[in-house]
Amino acid sequence: MLDDKFELLLRLGDNALVLSQRLCGWVGKGPALEEDMALANTALDLMGQARLWLAYAGEVEEQGRGEDQLAFLRDAHQFRNLLLVERPNGSYADTLMRQYLFDSWHLLLLGQLERSADGRIAAIAAKARKEVTYHLRRSADLVVRLGDGTQESHARMQEALDELWPYTGELFVADAVDEVMAAQGIADSVCELREPWLAQVRRTLAAATLVLPPANAWMHKGGKQGRHSEHMGYLLAEMQFLQRAYPGQQW
Amino acid sequence: MVSVEPTTAEVWAWLAEVEDPEIPVISIVDLGIVREVAWADEGDRRECVVTITPTYSGCPATHVIADSVKTALRDRGVEHVRLESRIAPPWTTDWMSEDGRRKLRAYGIAPPIGSAAEQFIRPEDIGRGRVCAAPGVQCPNCDSTDVALTSQFGSTPCKALYRCRSCLEPFDLFKCH
Repeated sequence: MLDDKFELLLRLGDNALVLSQRLCGWVGKGPALEEDMALANTALDLMGQARLWLAYAGEVEEQGRGEDQLAFLRDAHQFRNLLLVERPNGSYADTLMRQYLFDSWHLLLLGQLERSADGRIAAIAAKARKEVTYHLRRSADLVVRLGDGTQESHARMQEALDELWPYTGELFVADAVDEVMAAQGIADSVCELREPWLAQVRRTLAAATLVLPPANAWMHKGGKQGRHSEHMGYLLAEMQFLQRAYPGQQW
Repeated sequence: MVSVEPTTAEVWAWLAEVEDPEIPVISIVDLGIVREVAWADEGDRRECVVTITPTYSGCPATHVIADSVKTALRDRGVEHVRLESRIAPPWTTDWMSEDGRRKLRAYGIAPPIGSAAEQFIRPEDIGRGRVCAAPGVQCPNCDSTDVALTSQFGSTPCKALYRCRSCLEPFDLFKCH
């Protein structure tokens, strides 16, 4: 089904786009110059990946929508990103923990998509995976250093983890779209990522001396289906302002 | 119009003079992003098709590179140039020429170390604490191997920031990718 593939591509593209937009909010305000550059570079990689996914989504949809129309002219309920990536930046601990939880999942997901029966999806995933390897190296390293750091940094990282944990359940919930994509060999079920992800996260957080909340805790969901938190509207208002105010503007 | 169509070897030689916009000491051929040069019939005219593999997904230099290629070939009389982007297999620093590596080093950027295939992160290594310097990195200023990683990300996505513990100079490493 083309519609299902379109949905899948929107999910992939929107995750990258929305997290990129969030990270851009730090540019010029990072706690250290190196961190500022690292966030900007990560945001740039994700933006490039978003363009590749959304350009393909537009082609699959065959309605003449390109990457720009999909990014700038959809409303919140038409976005298919996970709730995790739209969480506000908060403190640097919140931003880093969000990044680590996403990166560790993202790398596993891309590894899975690299084996997709759809050659274009496999190609984009293979390219993105190389970039995400560096994202994860950095975020995992910092989570360990700050978690196993001072009393203050430890407390902040634990707080960030407790706050963000209920948004991780959605990463592994498959719906009808996922089932169709799995049946066609285009994307294996995201459920299969849960155990390897949990094992990895347990190891990292143990090294960070952080306490993992229960894996079976109550979880938020709905982002993949377009049911977003109130934060999404504010994020889009900023991201889409120019195209809304000056429709069709180019430079 | 060119009266005689240049050979693809000639076109390759011209492309070898097109600078990378972010690291002008190396050419786009040194960088390993030019995958193919071919002539194709397009209607009643001949078109030079240059296939390029972008480095990073979000590399802002991609458009500049496309423009530079077109300009360089037009300056030599090739009127019809088409650029194609090929993302698979993904670009890797393994494709960087030896000459390119030498030029990078002379410019003050440590060239990538090792093969990209070994760079993939192993799940068992994630979050083991300290990120150490990649083994084998040498300071481009004093050749010392006593170096430390400052940040995984430098001034561009393709570089990491290091510092030399011997001469105390900071330097960029072109990341193995």
